[in-house]
Amino acid sequence: MTTATTGAGSTTGALAADFSALLPDTCVITDEVGLRSYECDGLTGFRQVPAVVVLPRDAEEVAACVRVCARHGVPFVARGAGTGLSGGALPVADGVVISLQKLRRILEIDVENRRAVLEPGVFNLDISGAAAPHGLYYAPDPSSQQVCTIGGNVAENSGGAHCLKYGFTTNHVLEMEVVLADGTLVTLGGPSSEQAGPDLRGLFLGSEGTLGICTKVTVRLLRKPEAVRTVLADFPSIEAAGDTVGAIVEASIVPAAVEMMDSLAMEAAEAAVGAGYTVEAPAALIIELDGPAEECDEQFAEITRLCEEHGATRIHVAGTPEERAKVWKGRKAAFAAVGRISPDYFVQDGVVPRTRLAEVLTRIAEMGSEVGLRVANVFHAGDGNLHPLVLYSEAAGEHETAEDLSSRIAELCVELGGSLSGEHGIGADKACSMTRMFTDDDLAVMQRVRAGFDPDGRCNPGKIFPTPRLCGERPGPFRPHPLEEAGVISRL
Amino acid sequence: MTSTPTTGPTGPGPDFSSQRGEKDSPERTDALAEAGRPGHGSFDAHHPPAQELLDDCVHCGFCLPTCPTYALWGEEMDSPRGRIYLMQMAENGEIPLEGAFTTHMDRCLGCMACVTACPSGVQYDRLLEATRPQIERNVPRSRADRLFREAIFTLFPYRRRLRAASLGGALYQKLRPKKMDRLLARLPRRLERLVAMESLLPPVSVRDAFARTPARTPAVGPRRGRVGMLTGCVQDVFFHQVNLATTRVLAAEGYEVVAPREQGCCGALGLHAGREEESAERAKALIAVFEQADVDVIAVNVAGCGSSMKEYGELLADDDEASGVTGDGLSWSDRAARFSAKVRDVSEVLADALEDSRAPRHRVDATVVYHDACHLGHAQKIRSQPREVLRSIPGVELTELPEAEICCGSAGIYNMLQPEAAGDLGRRKAENIRGTGADLLVTANPGCLLQIRKYLTGELPMLHPVQLLDASIRGVRPPGM
Repeated sequence: MTTATTGAGSTTGALAADFSALLPDTCVITDEVGLRSYECDGLTGFRQVPAVVVLPRDAEEVAACVRVCARHGVPFVARGAGTGLSGGALPVADGVVISLQKLRRILEIDVENRRAVLEPGVFNLDISGAAAPHGLYYAPDPSSQQVCTIGGNVAENSGGAHCLKYGFTTNHVLEMEVVLADGTLVTLGGPSSEQAGPDLRGLFLGSEGTLGICTKVTVRLLRKPEAVRTVLADFPSIEAAGDTVGAIVEASIVPAAVEMMDSLAMEAAEAAVGAGYTVEAPAALIIELDGPAEECDEQFAEITRLCEEHGATRIHVAGTPEERAKVWKGRKAAFAAVGRISPDYFVQDGVVPRTRLAEVLTRIAEMGSEVGLRVANVFHAGDGNLHPLVLYSEAAGEHETAEDLSSRIAELCVELGGSLSGEHGIGADKACSMTRMFTDDDLAVMQRVRAGFDPDGRCNPGKIFPTPRLCGERPGPFRPHPLEEAGVISRL
Repeated sequence: MTSTPTTGPTGPGPDFSSQRGEKDSPERTDALAEAGRPGHGSFDAHHPPAQELLDDCVHCGFCLPTCPTYALWGEEMDSPRGRIYLMQMAENGEIPLEGAFTTHMDRCLGCMACVTACPSGVQYDRLLEATRPQIERNVPRSRADRLFREAIFTLFPYRRRLRAASLGGALYQKLRPKKMDRLLARLPRRLERLVAMESLLPPVSVRDAFARTPARTPAVGPRRGRVGMLTGCVQDVFFHQVNLATTRVLAAEGYEVVAPREQGCCGALGLHAGREEESAERAKALIAVFEQADVDVIAVNVAGCGSSMKEYGELLADDDEASGVTGDGLSWSDRAARFSAKVRDVSEVLADALEDSRAPRHRVDATVVYHDACHLGHAQKIRSQPREVLRSIPGVELTELPEAEICCGSAGIYNMLQPEAAGDLGRRKAENIRGTGADLLVTANPGCLLQIRKYLTGELPMLHPVQLLDASIRGVRPPGM
């Protein structure tokens, strides 16, 4: 912090002046209204107004902006479409938000080598759109794929329904150009997946913006499968659906996707999309098979048999591409659609070993009814990645209870041998829960690695790692620290 | 293990911590108290954006990719999610309406693509329609801005004035010097709105401008219904042929068509710009005219007008004044609801008629690209009907447009008020249309036709869907082909 001595006001002025020398006026936001619209991402409980928002237009400008931050000793947070659900793009007070929404070009579709070169602001779904005329597509498909950006996917190592078979973002990124904390542009990985030396590309993926800003990504494209079969199977109970998932995996079938929705989630999604879900069914699985037609048919017969064996009440095959698209649209819109059946809700993201799916779902239902709150479930059943949605009403004063229930569900996942987060990231939301999964030594090693990239801790500080100052505080929307309430400490 | 310092303030200087929660802002609460508007923050008490509607937004961002201004600039406050956030801040009294708030609301095209995209059912259309009149009432505009807006609303809703203006337009087009483009390009930036207006002027036919749509057209063969037709203002003067085609097509399908001479402007242009009072008066006048006409259905061939007329029920919802001889003693709100229930886009009427089509079609061999007008596709959710109607023409092959959900930039009077953004969107749309390689473009809104024509002049013929259908039924070559 070299220039911070004159106080926040003049520093911000000097910062803004340096950015203005670099970028046109329209790319530097300093007015209150503009700044406040960047105060949160998809997780609105966490808010912080930044000092400046900049919108650089290419990698060089991103690097130059980062150098300005370095010169002023100011932290920065990279932001894509701001759809994250863990507060990963939460600004830092008096810090800079670097929006990558002007870097939206698809630089190359290399059909022969099945690669695409992208700027970070490209929407996930647009990659497949651009590759489609060549019979290719980009596999990782987060539910928000119509709006989430590839840069954000890299930061979070995003998953999606089809990651069961095809793997996460890290399995599809070959090479990245990144800006480090001092403003240098470096390339990690390479054009082929076999690279010599330590896999820094792999380290960067999923680092949630704490190691630098990705400014160019080369991803693998896959050939569209010959055949796709999508089945919608209703079950008499959540447990029966959970057991079916176990049975499918035991039968050595790897479907492209196995998704589960309970009746609440279906009610919401049906209201939004009208995909033909059976709203009265306690649970349903969306099972998708893809690959050579013959193999699909064989596995399809086996899956139908397994569903019937577990008491499926209806097995429906999405016959046309349009119907298939509807089924997926409903599934992918489910989080936001829950807004139709509940005024407020928390989205949780945890992982349990697949064998314990039925058990954890029963426990979640019990925990919900104990405190009198509804929990909707819509999730990637195939890899045990849960997304319980805790429904509550802010107006009815249920916030605390709901938030507590949501956290306890995440902790239950860890308790059952799973993980705090499947794909939404740790961000600001779960930084304080990291100590439940990792020992002090584990965390210290992570910190040292991070410091290797960013010795001054200016890349997206406050995310992933629990910070000593904050750990007396509970994650979630703002509430005063216990010591603040006692009048012992105060915020600046 | 050594721990590495990472975050947190280490001495005097700015606070780089991520505080979990909003900063306290006592001064805002004071400002609110002074304003003396408890409950609605910076909005006045007349229909501010409803809190329940604001609460529907869960900040997921699914709307961003379909928002035209977000597509152009990638800025949060010029996205639907950002604008709703701003409305909430104004509702909380944290920001004034004047200044940045108005700028970002003015930049919204009102295309409602976000309503289509939203999974949680946010009614941005209602939020925007509540916000715009608030701005018109409470935010003083600059003199130039005010005069320009007044000029628009003194001209466009009046058929006679438009006819008079069309004379000037026709004369101007005949005499327009070749070097006019160069001259216009040299005008200062503050006159860019006038330049935009000039460039939107369609080829004017004086004969068409002064021609009238027949007051009554009998059904061909047995009558299946009596349809009232909105002739519109801009539509009737500059796209008179579309109105004629509409009456012919409806008649050919067995409808008696009534186009009351007394009808005026439906008020859509003003309503979409926040001129609530004026629009309510126009709505009442139109309702009264069509009550007299005694029709089963009111068919509209302009997307923007139809969208507004379907909303009269909401526009006059709290007008309980019982009035008028024709109203059977009903209140305006009831009469408006009854009127709105009868309003159909012409493509809805024609699609319904397809099952028992009376008018044989002749072949038209053409690849046709259909552009969804925002007020038809997004606002009225009418997408399949016009396509079904077009597919009923043998030989027509429909192709779809990339980025179909993104507005062409016309958006009522937007292309005159915000020419730069409208220009960028128009060029983007034109590029997408070129890419399809279609022989013909059809779209159901005169605003879209004017806007797109500006960026694709002479490249391909552009028609209203009923014009293509009319040509097919009559067995003549479609205009311009």
